[in-house]
Amino acid sequence: MSDHSHEEAGSGRTTSPYAARIRAIEALLLEKGVLTEPEVQDSISYMEARSPANGAKLVARAWMDEDFEELLLSDAKSAASQLGMKPEHPAEFVVVKNTPEVHNLIVCTLCSCYPRAVLGRPPDWYKSFAYRSRAVREPRAVMREFGFEPPEGVEVIVHDSTADVRYMVLPMRPTGTEGMDEEELAELVTRDSLVGVNVP
Amino acid sequence: MTYEPGDRVRVLPSAKPGHVRTPGYLKGKSGWVEALIGEFPNPEELAYGHSGLPERPLYKVGFLQADLWDDYEGPAEDYLYADVYEHWLEPFEGGST
Repeated sequence: MSDHSHEEAGSGRTTSPYAARIRAIEALLLEKGVLTEPEVQDSISYMEARSPANGAKLVARAWMDEDFEELLLSDAKSAASQLGMKPEHPAEFVVVKNTPEVHNLIVCTLCSCYPRAVLGRPPDWYKSFAYRSRAVREPRAVMREFGFEPPEGVEVIVHDSTADVRYMVLPMRPTGTEGMDEEELAELVTRDSLVGVNVP
Repeated sequence: MTYEPGDRVRVLPSAKPGHVRTPGYLKGKSGWVEALIGEFPNPEELAYGHSGLPERPLYKVGFLQADLWDDYEGPAEDYLYADVYEHWLEPFEGGST
Protein backbone atom coordinates (compact mmCIF):
# COMPACT_ATOMS: atom_id res chain seq x y z
CA MET A 1 0.00 0.00 0.00
CA SER A 2 2.87 2.37 0.68
CA ASP A 3 3.72 2.61 -3.00
CA HIS A 4 0.34 4.13 -3.76
CA SER A 5 0.99 7.30 -5.70
CA HIS A 6 -1.11 10.32 -5.03
CA GLU A 7 -1.28 13.69 -6.74
CA GLU A 8 -0.58 15.49 -3.49
CA ALA A 9 2.64 13.58 -2.95
CA GLY A 10 4.19 15.13 -6.02
CA SER A 11 2.82 18.64 -5.67
CA GLY A 12 5.56 19.71 -3.24
CA ARG A 13 8.17 19.84 -6.01
CA THR A 14 9.16 23.44 -6.44
CA THR A 15 9.21 23.03 -10.23
CA SER A 16 5.65 21.75 -10.49
CA PRO A 17 3.02 23.93 -12.20
CA TYR A 18 1.02 23.82 -8.96
CA ALA A 19 3.89 25.29 -6.95
CA ALA A 20 4.42 27.99 -9.58
CA ARG A 21 0.74 28.86 -9.51
CA ILE A 22 0.71 29.05 -5.70
CA ARG A 23 3.77 31.31 -5.72
CA ALA A 24 2.06 33.61 -8.20
CA ILE A 25 -1.11 33.73 -6.10
CA GLU A 26 0.94 34.38 -2.96
CA ALA A 27 2.80 37.24 -4.68
CA LEU A 28 -0.48 38.81 -5.79
CA LEU A 29 -2.05 38.51 -2.33
CA LEU A 30 0.99 40.21 -0.81
CA GLU A 31 1.08 42.91 -3.49
CA LYS A 32 -2.59 43.73 -2.99
CA GLY A 33 -2.20 43.78 0.79
CA VAL A 34 -4.62 40.90 1.43
CA LEU A 35 -1.86 39.10 3.31
CA THR A 36 1.34 40.30 4.97
CA GLU A 37 4.71 38.49 4.98
CA PRO A 38 4.53 37.79 8.74
CA GLU A 39 1.07 36.22 8.28
CA VAL A 40 2.43 33.92 5.58
CA GLN A 41 5.39 32.98 7.80
CA ASP A 42 3.13 32.34 10.80
CA SER A 43 0.96 30.11 8.68
CA ILE A 44 3.97 28.13 7.42
CA SER A 45 5.27 27.70 10.99
CA TYR A 46 1.86 26.52 12.12
CA MET A 47 1.61 23.95 9.33
CA GLU A 48 5.14 22.70 9.96
CA ALA A 49 4.49 22.39 13.70
CA ARG A 50 1.75 19.83 13.07
CA SER A 51 3.26 16.37 13.08
CA PRO A 52 2.92 12.90 14.58
CA ALA A 53 5.37 14.11 17.26
CA ASN A 54 2.42 16.03 18.74
CA GLY A 55 0.43 12.83 19.05
CA ALA A 56 3.43 11.11 20.63
CA LYS A 57 3.69 13.90 23.24
CA LEU A 58 0.01 13.57 24.12
CA VAL A 59 0.34 9.81 24.48
CA ALA A 60 3.52 9.94 26.57
CA ARG A 61 2.01 12.52 28.92
CA ALA A 62 -1.14 10.39 29.28
CA TRP A 63 1.02 7.36 30.15
CA MET A 64 2.77 9.38 32.87
CA ASP A 65 -0.20 11.28 34.27
CA GLU A 66 -3.63 9.76 34.94
CA ASP A 67 -5.38 13.13 35.22
CA PHE A 68 -4.00 14.11 31.84
CA GLU A 69 -5.18 10.82 30.36
CA GLU A 70 -8.66 11.51 31.67
CA LEU A 71 -8.64 14.96 30.08
CA LEU A 72 -7.28 13.57 26.79
CA LEU A 73 -10.11 11.03 26.60
CA SER A 74 -12.87 13.44 27.61
CA ASP A 75 -11.71 16.68 25.95
CA ALA A 76 -8.80 16.06 23.61
CA LYS A 77 -8.71 19.65 22.32
CA SER A 78 -8.13 21.02 25.81
CA ALA A 79 -5.47 18.39 26.44
CA ALA A 80 -3.68 19.34 23.20
CA SER A 81 -3.91 23.06 24.03
CA GLN A 82 -2.42 22.34 27.45
CA LEU A 83 0.72 21.00 25.71
CA GLY A 84 0.98 24.11 23.54
CA MET A 85 -0.67 22.70 20.41
CA LYS A 86 -3.33 24.54 18.45
CA PRO A 87 -6.13 22.10 17.70
CA GLU A 88 -8.28 24.93 16.33
CA HIS A 89 -9.72 23.05 13.40
CA PRO A 90 -13.50 23.26 13.56
CA ALA A 91 -13.84 19.47 13.60
CA GLU A 92 -14.11 17.65 16.92
CA PHE A 93 -10.99 15.84 18.09
CA VAL A 94 -11.55 12.57 19.95
CA VAL A 95 -8.99 10.16 21.37
CA VAL A 96 -9.91 6.49 21.83
CA LYS A 97 -8.05 4.22 24.23
CA ASN A 98 -6.61 0.78 23.59
CA THR A 99 -6.95 -1.60 26.54
CA PRO A 100 -6.07 -5.25 27.16
CA GLU A 101 -9.63 -6.01 25.90
CA VAL A 102 -10.02 -3.59 23.00
CA HIS A 103 -7.91 -2.42 20.05
CA ASN A 104 -8.95 0.63 18.01
CA LEU A 105 -8.33 1.33 14.33
CA ILE A 106 -9.05 4.62 12.53
CA VAL A 107 -10.08 5.04 8.90
CA CYS A 108 -11.98 7.49 6.74
CA THR A 109 -13.70 5.45 4.05
CA LEU A 110 -15.18 8.51 2.32
CA CYS A 111 -12.01 10.56 1.89
CA SER A 112 -9.03 11.21 4.17
CA CYS A 113 -10.37 12.75 7.41
CA TYR A 114 -7.50 12.77 9.89
CA PRO A 115 -6.66 14.94 12.93
CA ARG A 116 -4.51 17.23 10.76
CA ALA A 117 -4.69 20.14 13.20
CA VAL A 118 -2.59 18.05 15.59
CA LEU A 119 -0.81 15.39 13.50
CA GLY A 120 -0.34 17.19 10.17
CA ARG A 121 -0.94 15.46 6.87
CA PRO A 122 -1.95 11.81 6.84
CA PRO A 123 0.41 9.26 5.28
CA ASP A 124 -0.29 8.46 1.63
CA TRP A 125 -1.44 4.92 2.41
CA TYR A 126 -4.16 6.35 4.69
CA LYS A 127 -5.69 8.02 1.63
CA SER A 128 -5.36 4.98 -0.65
CA PHE A 129 -8.47 3.15 -1.86
CA ALA A 130 -6.91 -0.08 -0.62
CA TYR A 131 -6.64 1.08 2.99
CA ARG A 132 -9.97 2.88 3.00
CA SER A 133 -11.92 -0.08 1.69
CA ARG A 134 -10.06 -2.84 3.51
CA ALA A 135 -9.81 -1.26 6.97
CA VAL A 136 -13.56 -1.60 7.49
CA ARG A 137 -13.88 -4.90 5.62
CA GLU A 138 -10.93 -6.87 7.01
CA PRO A 139 -9.23 -4.75 9.70
CA ARG A 140 -7.34 -7.71 11.16
CA ALA A 141 -5.78 -8.63 7.82
CA VAL A 142 -4.71 -4.99 7.32
CA MET A 143 -3.07 -4.89 10.76
CA ARG A 144 -1.28 -8.15 10.07
CA GLU A 145 0.23 -6.56 6.96
CA PHE A 146 1.51 -3.71 9.12
CA GLY A 147 3.07 -6.31 11.40
CA PHE A 148 0.55 -6.38 14.22
CA GLU A 149 -1.78 -9.15 15.31
CA PRO A 150 -4.11 -8.37 18.24
CA PRO A 151 -3.70 -11.01 20.95
CA GLU A 152 -6.36 -13.70 21.35
CA GLY A 153 -9.55 -12.37 22.93
CA VAL A 154 -9.00 -8.73 22.00
CA GLU A 155 -11.93 -7.03 20.26
CA VAL A 156 -11.17 -4.83 17.29
CA ILE A 157 -13.17 -1.61 16.98
CA VAL A 158 -12.96 0.30 13.71
CA HIS A 159 -13.80 4.01 13.76
CA ASP A 160 -14.90 5.31 10.38
CA SER A 161 -14.56 9.11 10.60
CA THR A 162 -17.45 9.80 8.29
CA ALA A 163 -18.42 13.28 9.46
CA ASP A 164 -17.31 15.96 11.91
CA VAL A 165 -15.02 14.05 14.28
CA ARG A 166 -11.30 13.32 13.84
CA TYR A 167 -9.95 10.36 15.79
CA MET A 168 -6.60 9.40 17.27
CA VAL A 169 -5.68 6.22 19.15
CA LEU A 170 -4.15 6.22 22.63
CA PRO A 171 -2.06 3.02 22.49
CA MET A 172 -1.20 0.98 25.55
CA ARG A 173 2.11 1.67 27.26
CA PRO A 174 4.49 -1.14 26.32
CA THR A 175 5.71 -3.39 29.11
CA GLY A 176 9.29 -2.89 30.24
CA THR A 177 9.10 0.91 29.97
CA GLU A 178 8.61 1.61 33.68
CA GLY A 179 11.94 3.38 34.06
CA MET A 180 11.55 5.66 31.03
CA ASP A 181 10.88 9.38 31.23
CA GLU A 182 8.27 11.20 29.15
CA GLU A 183 10.66 12.08 26.34
CA GLU A 184 11.87 8.51 25.97
CA LEU A 185 8.29 7.24 26.00
CA ALA A 186 7.28 9.71 23.26
CA GLU A 187 9.99 8.28 21.02
CA LEU A 188 8.26 4.89 21.15
CA VAL A 189 5.00 6.27 19.76
CA THR A 190 4.84 5.93 15.99
CA ARG A 191 2.40 7.54 13.61
CA ASP A 192 1.09 4.09 12.69
CA SER A 193 0.25 3.40 16.33
CA LEU A 194 -1.77 6.66 16.48
CA VAL A 195 -3.92 5.34 13.61
CA GLY A 196 -4.05 1.89 15.19
CA VAL A 197 -2.54 -0.19 12.37
CA ASN A 198 0.25 -1.07 14.77
CA VAL A 199 1.29 -0.67 18.41
CA PRO A 200 4.38 0.95 19.99
CA MET B 1 -33.10 14.71 19.71
CA THR B 2 -34.88 11.65 18.43
CA TYR B 3 -32.53 8.92 19.64
CA GLU B 4 -31.10 7.91 22.98
CA PRO B 5 -27.98 5.83 23.61
CA GLY B 6 -28.87 2.15 23.27
CA ASP B 7 -31.66 2.71 20.72
CA ARG B 8 -31.62 0.31 17.78
CA VAL B 9 -31.47 2.13 14.47
CA ARG B 10 -31.17 1.36 10.79
CA VAL B 11 -29.32 3.45 8.23
CA LEU B 12 -31.68 4.49 5.44
CA PRO B 13 -30.99 2.64 2.21
CA SER B 14 -31.51 5.87 0.23
CA ALA B 15 -29.36 6.45 -2.80
CA LYS B 16 -29.16 10.19 -2.29
CA PRO B 17 -27.09 11.94 -4.96
CA GLY B 18 -24.32 14.40 -4.19
CA HIS B 19 -21.92 14.86 -1.31
CA VAL B 20 -23.20 12.65 1.51
CA ARG B 21 -21.35 11.64 4.67
CA THR B 22 -22.94 8.20 4.97
CA PRO B 23 -20.83 5.51 3.32
CA GLY B 24 -22.55 3.04 1.01
CA TYR B 25 -21.57 -0.06 2.98
CA LEU B 26 -23.75 1.09 5.91
CA LYS B 27 -26.91 1.73 3.93
CA GLY B 28 -29.72 -0.54 5.06
CA LYS B 29 -27.63 -1.89 7.97
CA SER B 30 -28.80 -1.85 11.58
CA GLY B 31 -26.88 -0.96 14.70
CA TRP B 32 -27.18 0.90 17.97
CA VAL B 33 -26.85 4.53 19.00
CA GLU B 34 -23.74 4.81 21.16
CA ALA B 35 -23.93 8.55 21.85
CA LEU B 36 -25.02 11.91 20.56
CA ILE B 37 -21.85 13.63 19.32
CA GLY B 38 -23.42 17.06 18.91
CA GLU B 39 -25.18 19.23 16.37
CA PHE B 40 -23.42 20.48 13.26
CA PRO B 41 -24.29 22.31 10.06
CA ASN B 42 -25.44 19.74 7.52
CA PRO B 43 -22.35 18.86 5.44
CA GLU B 44 -24.55 17.80 2.52
CA GLU B 45 -25.69 21.43 2.24
CA LEU B 46 -22.35 23.03 3.15
CA ALA B 47 -20.72 21.18 0.24
CA TYR B 48 -22.84 23.21 -2.19
CA GLY B 49 -22.28 26.61 -0.63
CA HIS B 50 -25.43 26.69 1.52
CA SER B 51 -25.51 27.54 5.20
CA GLY B 52 -26.13 23.97 6.37
CA LEU B 53 -28.63 25.36 8.87
CA PRO B 54 -30.49 24.31 10.91
CA GLU B 55 -27.78 22.19 12.51
CA ARG B 56 -28.41 18.45 12.47
CA PRO B 57 -27.81 15.97 15.31
CA LEU B 58 -24.86 13.67 14.66
CA TYR B 59 -24.71 10.28 16.39
CA LYS B 60 -21.95 7.80 17.00
CA VAL B 61 -23.55 4.57 15.78
CA GLY B 62 -22.18 1.08 16.43
CA PHE B 63 -22.50 -1.88 14.04
CA LEU B 64 -21.44 -5.49 14.58
CA GLN B 65 -18.97 -6.39 11.84
CA ALA B 66 -20.84 -9.67 11.37
CA ASP B 67 -23.94 -7.62 10.48
CA LEU B 68 -22.02 -5.62 7.86
CA TRP B 69 -20.18 -8.44 6.08
CA ASP B 70 -21.44 -11.99 5.58
CA ASP B 71 -17.93 -13.41 5.55
CA TYR B 72 -16.27 -11.26 8.21
CA GLU B 73 -13.02 -12.97 9.22
CA GLY B 74 -12.76 -11.82 12.85
CA PRO B 75 -14.57 -12.74 16.06
CA ALA B 76 -18.30 -12.05 16.36
CA GLU B 77 -17.59 -9.38 18.99
CA ASP B 78 -15.72 -7.04 16.60
CA TYR B 79 -17.60 -3.90 15.77
CA LEU B 80 -17.39 -0.62 13.93
CA TYR B 81 -18.40 2.91 14.81
CA ALA B 82 -19.42 5.48 12.24
CA ASP B 83 -20.74 9.00 12.71
CA VAL B 84 -24.19 9.24 11.15
CA TYR B 85 -26.53 12.21 10.86
CA GLU B 86 -30.02 11.85 12.25
CA HIS B 87 -31.70 12.29 8.87
CA TRP B 88 -29.96 9.10 7.71
CA LEU B 89 -31.42 7.00 10.55
CA GLU B 90 -34.73 5.32 11.26
CA PRO B 91 -35.86 3.36 14.33
CA PHE B 92 -35.29 -0.36 14.00
CA GLU B 93 -37.34 -2.94 15.89
CA GLY B 94 -35.69 -6.17 14.77
CA GLY B 95 -32.87 -8.05 16.40
CA SER B 96 -29.39 -8.17 15.01
CA THR B 97 -29.20 -7.29 11.26
